[in-house]
Amino acid sequence: MKIDLGEWPVTGNAVDVSGRELAIEARGLVKRFDGFTAVDGVDLSVPKGSIFGVLGPNGAGKTTTLRMLLGIIDPDSGTRRVLGHDRPTDIARRIGYLPEERGLYPAMKATDAIAFLAALRGVPLKEGRRKGRELLEEHGLGYAADRQIRQLSKGMAQQVQLLGTLVHEPDLVVFDEPFSGLDAINQGKLERTMRGLAARGTTVIFSTHVIAHAERLCDSIAIIAGGKVPFAGPVDQARDRLRPQVRLETRATDGRWRTALPADARHEGAFWYFTLPESGVEPLLRALIEGEAGILSLSIERPGLHDAFVAIAGEAAARALEANSEEMESSR
Amino acid sequence: MNSPKPRPAWFQASWFHAAWVVARRDFVAVIFSKAFIFFLLGPLFLGFIGVLAGSIGSHVQHDLDRPQIGVAMPAHSGDALVVARNAMSGHMAGPVPEFVVLERLRTGETFDARKALKSGRGATHGGQLAAVVGGTLEAPVLTGTRERVDAWQGMVSAFAARAVQAAPAAYPAVTLDQVASTADTVRNGQLVTAQAGQTLLFLLTMLLAGMVLSNLVEEKANKIIEVLAASIPLDALFLGKLFAMLAVSLVGIAVWGAGYGALMLAGMRSLPILDAPAVGWPLFLVLGFLYFAMAYLLLGSMFLTIGGMASTVREVQTLSMPATMLQLIVFFLATYALARPGTWIETLSLVFPVSSPYAMLARAAQSGDLWPHLVALAWQALWVGLIIRFGAQLFRRTVMKSGPSQRRKRRWFALAKRQPA
Repeated sequence: MKIDLGEWPVTGNAVDVSGRELAIEARGLVKRFDGFTAVDGVDLSVPKGSIFGVLGPNGAGKTTTLRMLLGIIDPDSGTRRVLGHDRPTDIARRIGYLPEERGLYPAMKATDAIAFLAALRGVPLKEGRRKGRELLEEHGLGYAADRQIRQLSKGMAQQVQLLGTLVHEPDLVVFDEPFSGLDAINQGKLERTMRGLAARGTTVIFSTHVIAHAERLCDSIAIIAGGKVPFAGPVDQARDRLRPQVRLETRATDGRWRTALPADARHEGAFWYFTLPESGVEPLLRALIEGEAGILSLSIERPGLHDAFVAIAGEAAARALEANSEEMESSR
Repeated sequence: MNSPKPRPAWFQASWFHAAWVVARRDFVAVIFSKAFIFFLLGPLFLGFIGVLAGSIGSHVQHDLDRPQIGVAMPAHSGDALVVARNAMSGHMAGPVPEFVVLERLRTGETFDARKALKSGRGATHGGQLAAVVGGTLEAPVLTGTRERVDAWQGMVSAFAARAVQAAPAAYPAVTLDQVASTADTVRNGQLVTAQAGQTLLFLLTMLLAGMVLSNLVEEKANKIIEVLAASIPLDALFLGKLFAMLAVSLVGIAVWGAGYGALMLAGMRSLPILDAPAVGWPLFLVLGFLYFAMAYLLLGSMFLTIGGMASTVREVQTLSMPATMLQLIVFFLATYALARPGTWIETLSLVFPVSSPYAMLARAAQSGDLWPHLVALAWQALWVGLIIRFGAQLFRRTVMKSGPSQRRKRRWFALAKRQPA
């Protein structure tokens, strides 16, 4: 499968083009479940210390990809290299993972739950308890330290699990849909936490289908649709996949200047809307002025990540659907 | 306050540490739960029900099983037969049914024994008419069901002979010369000890190993399994869970043992006397502990694997019946092999991993050789490891959906079929 990595090619030396070391390097990951191809040749390169978003519609293969990167499941084919190791489970202690379906032992106290998660990653129990208490205090949950998980609200329990994910100070943190189920205040807190982690050199990778979070947080993203990655690279590069949109208001309703507008330009109310021609804004302006359009207003808007995502994921989803149909036909 | 001595770095970073973390969590969670109190009280209910059922059963048995033999003979022959029975019953082995005169027949008179047995009339003191002796003392006729007539024909013959002929004036007194044991009694005693050991081992594993079935349901229901699978090897998870439940079981056994001992002391009763096993009591107890641990780990690892496939408590309940049947089959195999030393069935019970602990404990009661126990324990431990490994891989493949896809497997099989013969 040919995957467009944009200007984000990956070398064999686990560094990107700008020489940054890679925390995650995956090549051609494939995973099938009972004949259904959930992930189909995914390539990913996540630089160390960056915040990397895995974007995709529901059922796109985001969670399966993350589970393969964590070693929870093995790919049917392809390779993965996480923090320099081929087997992610060997360096599980350097990884933090917050799964989409959160879960803690309901009878455990909040401090013990954090200490248990820390102990799983090799932190001695006593130290885990001490750190857990400290983290709870830091995050304004000190009062809940000795409460059982079942006595906490869902949001609070999620925060406890988040702290348990970070208590062992991992080098790589994987969040699967971390914002789901959180209120706006806690979403903001989580965003700050993620930025703080990256600032300290921790690599953060998270999946989401809410583009706004990725737009605010991510250095780079991978868009997954139908198990494939139609785009991976910096956020700006994704936006640049779409041409800027022009909104033009003119005094003249007709004239020579109309020839400067692209064929798909549409007129709504007092405005013309069209994609900025590849020749750029200056030739357009010149043609409008020389054609005596009488420009009243002209704005050029750079597309948001949401527009880019819909454009990229939508096309890919359609392609994946076609490919699946062909595959089913050929297997008959 | 002294801080605990930190564990060595190799342990902290090892597979065993992961198992230890899981085992510690599970052990604490079970021991400090309210349900554990009920678990400890379980045998109390069991004992209470046992005593109640035994008492009722013995009453019923007492009421029901008092067979009598009716006598229907000419003139005084019947009375003479009853006198002979009363005189000889003390010298007969086993219980002797009561004789009841149904009819003193006159010359030419007949008696329908079959009709009397059918109606049951004529029995006395709440007994049941089980057979009828007719005919004459010289040629008695015993009517009854096959089992009854087979069992009693010799006895009736002896009583009739005594009634006809003059009895000895007195039975001679026998001088008793007792010895502590004979080869026969030692063998039989050790057999009883072996059976008792096997039964206790079976009861404990049946009572305790079933708990493991539902052990992974909590993790699956609470979605913790993802975090566990991402953090530690699944083998370590399985091992930790298994040892946690073993430790819980040992706590239970210690509490029940102490409770039983205290009850015996309070009632000034002695423990049931069993003959000393061939390896001696101290070693037998050590081996009993080790074989219990092995039986528990073997069955537990199988149950953990089976239970791991279940996603709800209801599914676990459905699985518990076949699991109990499996335990029973294993126990019957070991018990059956006990009385057949040197046969292939004994070898099977010794070698088959799940029955091996039962069979080897019985062997410890009957043979003083120690090296087979070392071999058997190593063999059983190997199988515990293999089953855990298999269980973890199966869990990973089926529940965590890892490993090769079904399609690839189907292709592999298709390829294998296409190979020329």
